[in-house]
Amino acid sequence: MNQFISLFQASIVFGTVILFGAVGEILTEKSGNLNLGVPGIMYLGSIASLIGVFYYERYAENPIPIVCILIALVCAIIASMLGGLLFSFMTITLRCNQNVMGLAFNIFAGGFANFYGGSLNKLAGGVGQINVLATSAAFRTKIPSYQSLGPFGHLFLSYGFLVYLAIFLAFAISWFLTRSTVGLNLRSVGENPATADAAGINVTKYKYISTCVGAAISGLGGLYYVMDYMKGTWDSDGSVEGLGWLAVALVIFASWKAPRAIWGSYLFGMLSWAYFYIPGLTRSSQEIFKMLPYIVTVLVLIVVAYQHKPDNQPPNALGLPYFREDR
Amino acid sequence: MRKEPYLEQNVAIRMVDITKRFADVVANNKINLEIRFGEILALLGENGSGKTTLMNMLSGIYMQDSGAIYVNGERITIKDPHDAYNLHIGMIHQHFKLVEVLTAAENIILGLNESRLINLKNVREQVKKICERYGFVVDPDKKVYDMSVSEKQTLEIVKVLYRGADILILDEPTAVLTPQETDKLFVVMRNMKADGKSIVIITHKLHEVMEISDRVAVLRKGEYIGDVPTSETDPQKLTNMMVGRSVTLNIDRPDPIDPKESLVVKNLGVKDINGVSKLENVSFTAYTGEILGIAGISGCGQKELLESIAGLHKLEPGSSIMFYPRGNKEEGEDLAGQSPIDIKHKGVHLAFVPEDRLGMGLVGNMNIPDNMMLKCYDQGKSPFTNQKKPRQQAIEIIRDLEVVTPGLRTPIRRLSGGNVQKILVGREIASDPYLLMTAYAVRGLDINTSYTIYRLLNEQKEKGTAVIYVGEDLDVLLELCDRILVLCSGRVSGIVDGRTAKKEEVGLLMTHFKEETA
Repeated sequence: MNQFISLFQASIVFGTVILFGAVGEILTEKSGNLNLGVPGIMYLGSIASLIGVFYYERYAENPIPIVCILIALVCAIIASMLGGLLFSFMTITLRCNQNVMGLAFNIFAGGFANFYGGSLNKLAGGVGQINVLATSAAFRTKIPSYQSLGPFGHLFLSYGFLVYLAIFLAFAISWFLTRSTVGLNLRSVGENPATADAAGINVTKYKYISTCVGAAISGLGGLYYVMDYMKGTWDSDGSVEGLGWLAVALVIFASWKAPRAIWGSYLFGMLSWAYFYIPGLTRSSQEIFKMLPYIVTVLVLIVVAYQHKPDNQPPNALGLPYFREDR
Repeated sequence: MRKEPYLEQNVAIRMVDITKRFADVVANNKINLEIRFGEILALLGENGSGKTTLMNMLSGIYMQDSGAIYVNGERITIKDPHDAYNLHIGMIHQHFKLVEVLTAAENIILGLNESRLINLKNVREQVKKICERYGFVVDPDKKVYDMSVSEKQTLEIVKVLYRGADILILDEPTAVLTPQETDKLFVVMRNMKADGKSIVIITHKLHEVMEISDRVAVLRKGEYIGDVPTSETDPQKLTNMMVGRSVTLNIDRPDPIDPKESLVVKNLGVKDINGVSKLENVSFTAYTGEILGIAGISGCGQKELLESIAGLHKLEPGSSIMFYPRGNKEEGEDLAGQSPIDIKHKGVHLAFVPEDRLGMGLVGNMNIPDNMMLKCYDQGKSPFTNQKKPRQQAIEIIRDLEVVTPGLRTPIRRLSGGNVQKILVGREIASDPYLLMTAYAVRGLDINTSYTIYRLLNEQKEKGTAVIYVGEDLDVLLELCDRILVLCSGRVSGIVDGRTAKKEEVGLLMTHFKEETA
């Protein structure tokens, strides 16, 4: 039982990182913009929040938890939105190829984050020395006395507030897309921009806003990764990037429906940690288990392709630039 | 706001000296057009004459480079589709502007932002009212991907009316409809006109112009030629205006000389990847020196039929396709189960013009000689390509079919649709086939080019080739083909004589099986 609880908790923590990434990307992709730069956006979110609170913790005598949280959130959101803005400018205004731009963005953001991560470590006194204890603790504050609720408390209440925020955002985005008129307009932009344009919808505006807001949400995944998953430390091992790609895979797995991404993300988490709980695995056979989330994504893609159900397909104009006078 | 001398009693919209360029192509050159209240105006012109461009400027898709637009006597600028709606102008585009995964009602309220949350109750009531008023049928909760072409078009019209349009522009609305559906559309159009709405219909079908319109305005190569009341003109006069010179409107139909069985298809069956039957029990014979027309609502198996003969589909057991080159009984062979290359080498050629034109048959990024090479890539012996022959062939096609191209080296995607089609058909004919299959060979082509294609097909026919012609325009099928096979939901609903059959008869056959199963 303890083993299960521990796997469950690990899955949720892992899943929350990619859930943020995926929910943001769903919002972006619904506008027809395919931002493969999610790993890069998450890099920016993580390093920006780390830089912000590093300086705060360094110069404040007694860091106040709520201020720590606010600084981290604001830094992560601004940095990832700027990333989204750059991507939007390149792909919407200049009509660059979205795939190429996304990949290039990842290389840029990865280098950017690791450069500053390394610098921070140096400032903190050496490799692996950076540690924003106060902020990390603030983000990991759990619901008081959850332990008194037995296994239920351990399974569902033993997390920092970002876990619940991720779930809330998933439902909120889904509600926004299906119930609100603006959401309807946004979906039409992603499905058929020419139609949306003829209906008087400002395609460029919709694409810009949804890409930037989507990037902000994805960036929170990076923030959660560095503050909770990594407990306020920085490691230049590129694992943010791996998680970012998993978030992109999760979007496909969830067939562009945010609520599906919730349990999908936890399933991915469970599959990713499974090797840890299966006895008798060697180092090399562990690696095979780490492929599971990707294999599941491929299987889902195959199933979806065979269903031929238009409602489960990607937005029709996903990845295509739109130019009104294109003939 | 400047009041102009153009405030006349019955003019709803006046366009003055409108010019629009795309890069260095002048699409509209100083066009003057007026649209009056309560009339149906037909905007007539060949392909590329600038009809759609002109109307797109009213609907806010494009903006004019120079010239002025007056609505109700007031000079206005239409920057985007929103402005057009505010001026009560609505356009039904040739390629429907609908989102497939949304329902009818959701499509209708798209971009209106009447309320924060989606509230479809009002929409349903409004739609019901509009439908009752003009005689439509629309199910507001049906998803667009489940709709037929005609339903989609109805939805487009309702959408525009819901937005309060008083001036409706329909861009080639009948191109995709059966004769019966066209009649229904015309009834609706007359109802709208009686209600005081102005309607502009863009078309190049002359008989429709004569039937539905009050006035005809003609464009030619981006220039405004003039307008006439429909009652004072006839198809011949209109054609002369459109083309700029006298064109005979009759399609030749020489009698078949010594017809012999060339292709005998028996019990042909094809299923698609999901196991849905696309063709069932199709049997027919094509003769040498004859044009066999194939009619049917789009998607009824025409494409699958031609592709099966060309060897591109797996056939159901029991299907047989006997092919006799030049009608020679001794050389007869069953094509079923043979590879596309083998079939091609036996002289069976397929010129398929898909909806996106470049999807099948030609490669858009390659130039004309390279596209010629696609057909003979397996003939060379050395590892290097022989550029000479394809080049020669390309020059011949450009000369014989009057292809307009900046040069041999131009990628063909830069050419206009008509020219691309000429290249495709020209290449297939140049290979001297025994059996020539063309699908939608004149789709989207203007009258002049269409007649060139008909002439080419007739030349093939006189050479003793068996020609199969899949067409959309029933009038043309009835004038060009010796016999017409009608497909309905993947089955043959009848084979009629092109010389004696009536249009209504064919139209009925096209929908025959549907009624039976309904």
